[in-house]
Amino acid sequence: MKNEQAEVALPLIRRGRDQNLARLLVMLGVVFALMAVLRPEQFVTPANFGSMMRQFPEYGIMAIGVSLTMITGGIDLGVVGTANLSAILAAKLMFAAVPRGAPPEQALPYLALAVLVALACGLACGAFAGLLISRFEIPAILATLGTQQLYTGIAIGITNGRPQSGLPLLYSKIGNTEFFGLFPLSFLVFLVVAVGIAFLLSSSRFGMYLYMLGTNSKAALYAGLGNTSILIRTYMLSGLLSSVAGLIMMARANSAKAEYGAPYTLQCVLIAVLGGIDPSGGFGKIVGVTLAIFILQFLSSGLNMFNNISNFYRDVIWGGVLILVLVFNRLLSQRAERRAARRGE
Amino acid sequence: MITARRFFARSEPWVLAAIVILSLLIQARSGQFFTGNNLVDLARAFIVPGLLSIGCMMVIVSGGIDVSFTAVAALAMYITDKILLQSGYEGNVILAYAMSAGFGLLMGALNGFLIAFLRLPTLVVTLGTGSLFTGLMFGAFSASASDVPPAIVAHGKETLFTAVNSDLGLSSNMPSQILILVGMLFLAFLLLRYTMLGRGIYAIGGDEAAAERAGFNVRAIKMFLYCLVGVLAGITGISRISMMAYADPSTFQGMELTVIAAVVLGGTRVTGGLGTLTGTILGIALMMILANSLILIGIPTYWSRAFTGAVIIIGTGVTAHQIASTHRSQRDLKKT
Repeated sequence: MKNEQAEVALPLIRRGRDQNLARLLVMLGVVFALMAVLRPEQFVTPANFGSMMRQFPEYGIMAIGVSLTMITGGIDLGVVGTANLSAILAAKLMFAAVPRGAPPEQALPYLALAVLVALACGLACGAFAGLLISRFEIPAILATLGTQQLYTGIAIGITNGRPQSGLPLLYSKIGNTEFFGLFPLSFLVFLVVAVGIAFLLSSSRFGMYLYMLGTNSKAALYAGLGNTSILIRTYMLSGLLSSVAGLIMMARANSAKAEYGAPYTLQCVLIAVLGGIDPSGGFGKIVGVTLAIFILQFLSSGLNMFNNISNFYRDVIWGGVLILVLVFNRLLSQRAERRAARRGE
Repeated sequence: MITARRFFARSEPWVLAAIVILSLLIQARSGQFFTGNNLVDLARAFIVPGLLSIGCMMVIVSGGIDVSFTAVAALAMYITDKILLQSGYEGNVILAYAMSAGFGLLMGALNGFLIAFLRLPTLVVTLGTGSLFTGLMFGAFSASASDVPPAIVAHGKETLFTAVNSDLGLSSNMPSQILILVGMLFLAFLLLRYTMLGRGIYAIGGDEAAAERAGFNVRAIKMFLYCLVGVLAGITGISRISMMAYADPSTFQGMELTVIAAVVLGGTRVTGGLGTLTGTILGIALMMILANSLILIGIPTYWSRAFTGAVIIIGTGVTAHQIASTHRSQRDLKKT
């Protein structure tokens, strides 16, 4: 019964999806070609690809978390705060447990413990946001604006706003390992996360519940889905991914800071929307989000190669692209509606 | 009985009670709360968030949310300031207000167009335009702290009266910008209370489809609303730089959260349809007293941001909980 309905609905949805993916692929190709033509000697180099592979995993992983919450019809604006708070807790633990210059075999268990603490912190931060949204029925926007302030505030409070640097050498050594002399560890983590979450969404019961909840939360409730538990788990997952991103940021910068990566919040929303996640919930795929991450990284790295473009133009470009994509998607869906209406007559 | 229950189901009395208790507490600890100069200082700190809260409250009442109004205020005042400085303007400050309001109107109209006519989600749109405006200011205008024209400096020095605290030898001036706040509040009161447009803002926040069927022009109302927010932000920008006597482009950064938190704390329903100016003003007053007295009530400055976050969460949680319980009691009434 369930399968039959899914098959009837599938062709329509699939066509829309494939068009979106095709558009994203074209965009990716255009941005790449543009940068390759304008800055060939800098852009199409192994060094550039190496540095891009080290840059995007941290915000890419957070963007996947934000996408999950947007599929349920919510949003998580607290990802950056969660990432920094988790990283700072891990850093504090490392400072406390690992003496300076300790041999690796002595430091390793504490580093593992610190990583676990960070992940637990991410889960707890997410669970708190999920609880506020599902149990206390605070709109996700306000709840996560609040948690973002709260987590960043706690991070400032426990560090007095100072960066936590001088981590054990072993941590950044592990964090910056390159496999086959090519792929940084963070890139592999991103791959695992992207493939894992894509699989979760497409093939698990939980993934299906997310789409159902995002399409119509009341219908999902009456269909017997435990909305509260699904929402809490979604935000916990987003929190967990944020803490992974926090650990990656800490390895790359070799320090943790309460206000690190502030522009990432907007960037994550932009990536999700660009990648085809509907801000009102119920639609979107991780493949699209991943393509959007690549588009953004190409743009960002490419722009860096123009000395006369100020860094602040990045804000203009991110804001502008976000709005253009929204407008474009809206116009497309309006055209599709009109066509459908005509066919109906 | 019912009226009493209804009275205490609102947020305003509770916020007022919190303000009274807090001020008595601070008075007891420092003895300096109920002094002329402290009250004038509070009123001074109140002006800018107060002006911003009017538009913010109306947007939330209409069921939307705007996080770009601080970026609008900063960019509008900065462009105005630069143009007036470069043209060597010597005249009246009214032109500065008009220009800044005009730039605010343009930016608000962009928001309005995207939200009212393309029906895009308000949060994502205003996140985007906010980033756009901030980026334009720092990128295209390479903004940095700058002087202000003489007219604005003079406007900043206008004082209504001076309160002197003879104990500490401190004195504080009541800035004339408070009159702008009072005027805007009065106009907003008239708009919300006595015009069809104002009732329309409440109507579309309550139920957009129902408002449309009842004959409200939803698009026009939303367009007007976001333009109005832009105009108010532009005016706020000039008030701010006149009181500071220089134009700091990052002066508004992060203030949107405090304002939104205060509006919600003041009883404006986060899903739209409910909210009063009185509540908003009380909410801002509570936030300002809290922010100015964190140390007095024993919270170190490093924790102030965590504190804002906690206030947002508790404030929105309480209002959201109230809505949920109202729904529940209505449902129970129907059953009996």
